[in-house]
Amino acid sequence: MILFDTVTKLYPNQTRPALEEASLEIEKGEFVFLVGPSGSGKSTFLRLVLREERPTAGNVWVLGKDLSRLSNWKIPTLRREIGTVFQDFRLLPNKSVFENVAFALEVIGKPKALINKVVPEVLEVVGLEGKEERRPDELSGGEQQRVAIARAFVNRPKLLIADEPTGNLDPGTSVGIMKLLDRINRLGTTVVMSTHDAQIVDQMRRRVVELENGHVVRDQSRGVYGYAR
Amino acid sequence: MRAQFVASEVGNGLRRNLTMTLAVIITVAVSLTLFGVSLLVRAQVDTMKDFWYDKVEVSIFLCAKGSDTPSCAGGAVTPAQRDQIKADLESLRPLVQDIYYESQGEAYARFQEQFANSPIVDSVNESALPESFRVKLADPTEYDVVASAFSGRPGIEQVNDQRQVLDKFFRLLGGLQAIALIIAVVMLIVTVLLVVNTMRVAAFSRRRETGIMRLVGASNLYIQLPFLLEAAVSAGIGAILAVGGLILAKGIVIDQILAPSFQFTAFVGWDAVLGIAPILILVGIGLSGIAAFLTLRKYLRV
Repeated sequence: MILFDTVTKLYPNQTRPALEEASLEIEKGEFVFLVGPSGSGKSTFLRLVLREERPTAGNVWVLGKDLSRLSNWKIPTLRREIGTVFQDFRLLPNKSVFENVAFALEVIGKPKALINKVVPEVLEVVGLEGKEERRPDELSGGEQQRVAIARAFVNRPKLLIADEPTGNLDPGTSVGIMKLLDRINRLGTTVVMSTHDAQIVDQMRRRVVELENGHVVRDQSRGVYGYAR
Repeated sequence: MRAQFVASEVGNGLRRNLTMTLAVIITVAVSLTLFGVSLLVRAQVDTMKDFWYDKVEVSIFLCAKGSDTPSCAGGAVTPAQRDQIKADLESLRPLVQDIYYESQGEAYARFQEQFANSPIVDSVNESALPESFRVKLADPTEYDVVASAFSGRPGIEQVNDQRQVLDKFFRLLGGLQAIALIIAVVMLIVTVLLVVNTMRVAAFSRRRETGIMRLVGASNLYIQLPFLLEAAVSAGIGAILAVGGLILAKGIVIDQILAPSFQFTAFVGWDAVLGIAPILILVGIGLSGIAAFLTLRKYLRV
């Protein structure tokens, strides 16, 4: 699903690489936590998976494709198979819940009939049935993140990337979001989630990959957030 | 590709960015109108050249009594010289198309007619006016051939090319055209810069949408098309206004004002306007489309 082969990423005008000779393999159907302090390389890792950045050295394979050999015009095809969720939700404020989710399908040219069929389905999966016509500012943070997850999941991606999805939410709401991500994982989607939330990691008992200064320092199945903490 | 979705995006974009859209429309309209006018002036010069070069002649004035040019030192032209000149002119066919001989009597009659209301008529008598050959050339630009063959020959006072007078006038029109063209080019550059800036603002104000589109895997075409169409639509409106301006220039300035006062010459017809209109529309949409495309490549990268 994802394979990093001694990947180094050095941003321009920086001396220390954000990721240094990192190697990692994530199998189909896994649920992986990416932990580590700020600046440890988590975001760079996720950006490399999305081909928003190219590695300075090494190879990144995602969904069976060597991203260094993927031509620019094929990137959209790759991203259609990857759902993404962010800390700041990234919803369109002037569109309703339904429209926000439908937008993801409209812009990849899906027919209206299909959109009208699958959007209500996915809104039900994330538990937002009955709130289709609300605007994002009429929703709680947790509900907004559910909209974002619905949008990421509506195209039934093989891989879901979540960059600190609970970073802006209170613990109670976070649990709900984690249950949702877990459910999506059980539906067959591989989930990679970066987080600072120790409690969540400790509760879920899933694979934990810890980054520090651009190196993979720990890779544990059924791990916890940290040893010392 | 869902046309309705793209169309609504374009409409939204144009409305949201209304001031910039208007600015683009106006600059496109003004610059293309000037561009169109400069093309129209050129068409006018061509029309006038066609019209006048058909009528201009080379005049070969023969020596009359009292001519003081060196070639007339032998006094008035002799019949033998005149016949020789005529024969030489005939030998220049087909460059020489028509040869018409004007005698002193005819010259005097024309002179009287031209200056009928002037007292100068009484002070000039027939023998002071030169007889001449009026020569029409198949190609008026080949005047030099005739001039070099005849000027300075004994019995010939002067070789005159009417085209030279016209050329001064055409140069004036050409100068006007060049000025219009320069202003048009400067305005077109301004238009391109404005389109670049408009696209930058539009891309920035919609970075949320485009960011999401990139993430969910919308193709570049899908992301950029609404922006490109916006640029093309506003440039298209501007170009149509410019065509309207051109129609006004032809219909009012030329047909209503200039043509009645200058009836001796021909003016451009509607076919010239018809030929220029598509050029304006293509230049307008093309320039703005290319400017938008290059800007978006920078600001809406995958």
